[in-house]
Amino acid sequence: MISRRRIAGGLLWSAGLVSAVGSKPVWARTVGSTPDEARALHALNRLAYGPRPADIQAIRVQGAQAWLEGFVAAQLEPQRVALPPMLAGRLQGLETLGLSQAELLSRFQRAAQAAAAAATAGATASPEVGMSNTAMPDGSNAEAAQTRARREHVRPVVLQAAQARLTRAIESPAQLQEVLVEFWFNHFNVFVGKGPVSVLAGAYERDAIRPHVLGRFRDMLGASAQHPAMLLYLDNAQSVRPGYRAPGLLARANPNAGRLSGLNENYARELMELHTLGVDGGYTQQDVTELARMLTGWTVDGRAARQGRSGPLFVFDPGRHDNGPKRWLGHAVAPAGQAEGEWALDILATHPATARHIAFKLAQAFVADQPPASLVSRLADRFLDSQGDLKAVTQELIASGEFWQPQGHGVKFKTPYHYLISSFRALGLATPADVGPLLQVLAQAGMPLYGAQTPDGYKNVASAWMSPEALAQRVQFASALAERRVRQGGRIEADAQGLIDALGPLWSAGTRDAVSSEPAPMRLALLLASPEFMKR
Amino acid sequence: MLRRRFLLSTPAAACAGSASLLWPGWSDAWAGAPIQARSKAAPKLVVVMLRGAVDGLSVVVPHGDTGYQQARESIALAAPSSAEGTVLPLDRLFGLHPALERLMPLWNRGLLGFVHASGSPDPTRSHFDAQDYMESGTPGRKSTPDGWMNRLLSHLPGPASTTRALNMGATPARIFAGPATVASLGLGPRAMDAKAIDNPELQAALARLYASDGSLARTFQETTQSRIEMSRTMAAADARNRQARREAEMAAAAPGDNGRSSDPSADAGAPTARGFAADALRLGQLIQADPHTQLAFTSVGGWDTHVNQGGARGALANRLGSLGLGLESLIQGLGDALEHTVIVVMSEFGRTVRQNGTGGTDHGRGNVMWLLGGPVAGGHVRGEWPGLDRAALADGRDLAVTTDFRGVLSPVLQQHLGLGDAAMDQVFPGFSGPMLKEPVLRS
Repeated sequence: MISRRRIAGGLLWSAGLVSAVGSKPVWARTVGSTPDEARALHALNRLAYGPRPADIQAIRVQGAQAWLEGFVAAQLEPQRVALPPMLAGRLQGLETLGLSQAELLSRFQRAAQAAAAAATAGATASPEVGMSNTAMPDGSNAEAAQTRARREHVRPVVLQAAQARLTRAIESPAQLQEVLVEFWFNHFNVFVGKGPVSVLAGAYERDAIRPHVLGRFRDMLGASAQHPAMLLYLDNAQSVRPGYRAPGLLARANPNAGRLSGLNENYARELMELHTLGVDGGYTQQDVTELARMLTGWTVDGRAARQGRSGPLFVFDPGRHDNGPKRWLGHAVAPAGQAEGEWALDILATHPATARHIAFKLAQAFVADQPPASLVSRLADRFLDSQGDLKAVTQELIASGEFWQPQGHGVKFKTPYHYLISSFRALGLATPADVGPLLQVLAQAGMPLYGAQTPDGYKNVASAWMSPEALAQRVQFASALAERRVRQGGRIEADAQGLIDALGPLWSAGTRDAVSSEPAPMRLALLLASPEFMKR
Repeated sequence: MLRRRFLLSTPAAACAGSASLLWPGWSDAWAGAPIQARSKAAPKLVVVMLRGAVDGLSVVVPHGDTGYQQARESIALAAPSSAEGTVLPLDRLFGLHPALERLMPLWNRGLLGFVHASGSPDPTRSHFDAQDYMESGTPGRKSTPDGWMNRLLSHLPGPASTTRALNMGATPARIFAGPATVASLGLGPRAMDAKAIDNPELQAALARLYASDGSLARTFQETTQSRIEMSRTMAAADARNRQARREAEMAAAAPGDNGRSSDPSADAGAPTARGFAADALRLGQLIQADPHTQLAFTSVGGWDTHVNQGGARGALANRLGSLGLGLESLIQGLGDALEHTVIVVMSEFGRTVRQNGTGGTDHGRGNVMWLLGGPVAGGHVRGEWPGLDRAALADGRDLAVTTDFRGVLSPVLQQHLGLGDAAMDQVFPGFSGPMLKEPVLRS
């Protein structure tokens, strides 16, 4: 409701920022931009999800140089950037955001029980929670029941997490924090489609990612390793020493049902390959197996979950731990229970291969698809000498000459996510109250939110996203957004001119000229489909 | 030619009858319409990539190898018998997963074959590197900028066309990366709907807008040309296809919803396994109706079964059932074009011989490649079977790779698509064999 009103009347230029034709603001008559303006725009495109009309106005009022200094300083101290009360209020209205891990899991449990009850009543099909999309042609009744149960218990959690993520990305003044949350969530990806991860993905972002994006890498690594979302997504919760038998009634009643009897190396492999050392980090298959053994016993406390504990549900279960001696990355590892895994995370978090891997990914996301080797090497050094202080590394990145070089401006092809968010920002729109259609746009583009199925997350290079289908979809989205303006009573001609004026220096002279000579009804869509808006 | 062989090898009436039951429209392909110089039709190749490493030992099950049952105490499938849930007999050593039963008619007619213990010579157990190598066609070399199907497209004999190669999916595929033009087909029931970009006025304006941006201008040109071509093709074929597509879309739709789960946590917007059937049908119809289309690629995810993969029933069985349905739909869409189409199904590596501690399997090495289509010398499980003795396993744990995946693809490229030696050197640089010793295709 709120957002509908804001969409209808919320374009900043229609609120007096830009006046009617004939009295354009000074900058709208200047074609091109000064070097400082170009740098400010670059900062908005890379350290934020693109400019809003208000940002351009602030740049003009304060002067690009002064604005830029204030912006960068503020972005590195997100705790000091207050959320606008309206925004904070809307986030507070999403009641599942604050639920504990146990409360969230109990919702999933309720859905699973409801589905199971319906299945026993109706058919013989058994609900599968280990994988998504496992519909059996003859299990459609059970599946329909499962869908209903999920719609009731699980769906609101997933939708509110998405609503919060998109709302912050579009509207939060602490933009760099949002860009980094996306980056690091993606780095430590979990997939919402895998059973109970559905209800936990938002909590994972809240507990394990968001607090650490400008903190210590080791802290984020540890928080990720111990979060139920990751423990369940990459199966470490179920990885146990050989011969382990789960205690309890269930196991005695049916010794073969879901019996855990050994190692699962899924998490150990991705921990080294994706989260830390990188695939060429110099480890072997033997190292994967040994690390998996060291991490046995790291699991989710099922009892605490059932009792509704309010804190984290991580537990180290010594009974599941493989207490034999191990040899890992050339080290002899003496039996030490949970400390083995903690020590492994210490080693991985300060390893030079990890530093290089993280440095490369950051440089690729923020600077260029093929990042300069000099920058990667400096960021890796900073990572090592700061002991993985991500604020220091991020600062080094922003202070680098490579980040600012003019030939690198506007060359990164936006991901579908960035394209969507930046469109809403460019038009000065608030987040819709129902983000369902936005999630559809992302899914259709192959980038569903929280929906990267594999642990490597999404790529952010042009080769992963630019295709005829992608182009058709973006033009479609741009046209639909423009059409919506018309349906809501907007005057598209004025809107297009407003967008040109409001984002002044973003547009090249070529685009301004080309767009102005086209028929008025398509100008807004053309702007959103222009090269400088497809890229950042 | 080929059709005559089908008719000779099986009683015609039974054959046509069962085929039309299985696949409406398919019966035309062998009993219906008159031959219209079909031998001249361009040969086609469709590659389906199963991302996440499907457990090949559960697809083509080596039930005759004593090591198999021993290694998989709770997830092994039983040798063929009259009991329910046992594997479907292929030969003395191998059986097919019962969830793929709908593909058995193809096997029985010699249109489906397998190459077991195949895969990449590079020993990586990283999904992402292994997929990359299988798509670049250069195992062990990460710097290869393009994909082997794009290089193949550049060297394909015959005239170029904007729809000669088709990628189905929302995002570009590594295997098609490169300079040659590839059309793309989106996913979902509205993939072929008209879009804003099809409006000629907007199109002209966009062309002017992108004129000074090289990469966008190129992609834009590919977009508009291929969309015109595809919509023309689909419109022409629509009358014939409408009924079949409606049936597939109805089959794909769950009771009371629109074919996609309305629960975002269920599929997270990714193509559902059942959605794949409708997408695959559309892909098949497009290939069938466009005489220019020769190469197509798509992928299906969700095979990384580390936990509770199940046996004759369960998570993997459900997935395989959906995949079987999808392949059947693809074949239905292809109709008579199946005669000159080879479909290859492959996955980046196999999974551990021994089940892990959680009722699943971890990353392994050797896998099984599937070959379907009229030109395929099917009805056989090819490849040298290294066995499941501990001594025979790669690193003491995985099915060894005895056939390089390029050694399976090369004969398809050479004999079916007519590539010469020089072109082969470009498509798979540095690969000179060994090729699979047994024939992949009918001579």
